[in-house]
Amino acid sequence: MMRALLIPALMLALYGCGEKSQSQADARDSGDQQAYQGAHDPFVTKGWTAGNKAEWERHMRARTQAQNEYVHINGS
Amino acid sequence: MARMKFICDAERCIECNACVTACKNENEVPWGVNRRRVVTINDGLVGQEKSISVACMHCSDAPCMAVCPVDCFYRTDEGVVLHDKDICIGCGYCSYACPFGAPQFPSNGTFGLRGKMDKCTFCAGGPEENGSKAEFEKYGRNRLAEGKLPACAEMCSTKALLGGDGDVVADIFRDRVVHRGKGSEVWGWGTAYGNLPNPKAKPAPEKKS
Repeated sequence: MMRALLIPALMLALYGCGEKSQSQADARDSGDQQAYQGAHDPFVTKGWTAGNKAEWERHMRARTQAQNEYVHINGS
Repeated sequence: MARMKFICDAERCIECNACVTACKNENEVPWGVNRRRVVTINDGLVGQEKSISVACMHCSDAPCMAVCPVDCFYRTDEGVVLHDKDICIGCGYCSYACPFGAPQFPSNGTFGLRGKMDKCTFCAGGPEENGSKAEFEKYGRNRLAEGKLPACAEMCSTKALLGGDGDVVADIFRDRVVHRGKGSEVWGWGTAYGNLPNPKAKPAPEKKS
């Protein structure tokens, strides 16, 4: 019984004393997912496929262009 | 794809602060932290008042990245400067280095403790799974991975603040300047992106007294 309690307690204590790697090489490789991979939430827009970089870029360019009101209001 | 860029058109900004509100709402930014803010110069002087919306400009040669002692910054393929809060030690060097005052520090901890740095992410989240709860809680929403542009730019009613593919943004701005015939100087553009408006310009000779 004592052993069953002692082992998890020791593991917890060891985990608490551990530390993450702080080397600069690790910091540069952030492990961040690329934006074109898509988000795992229900707010993803339509018109492109998650994981398809070319489609995502085309979609984002069109969305950026939508900020140009000269195109869709003045028609010039 | 070109790099993602912001520009703010001072001829159009009406200081409504919708960009600030949109950012705070979208990313659930804590009290005391403003990832974006509107700065007004010549306040009250008729005809000379100009406002600009300022946040992280995601510099091409980011000084925050250069001075960070723990190297917590990284740049995405889209040119967005992000940082890892698991690595940040909250030293504040980045805030001294940044010409735009972008890095912010929450100070609501015990004994006025300065927390880990927080800044505009171009609505691109951070080094966590795209759209995950962990990413949202640490960095805010990842709109780029949702196929959207930053909330501040998309919410701007006068379209003073433009964000997105740098080439397209520059084209839109050029179009405006041609139509109205003035206002080609974009505040912060040269500082952040290294594109001086007049590279041949030289400082005026010193006057001998």
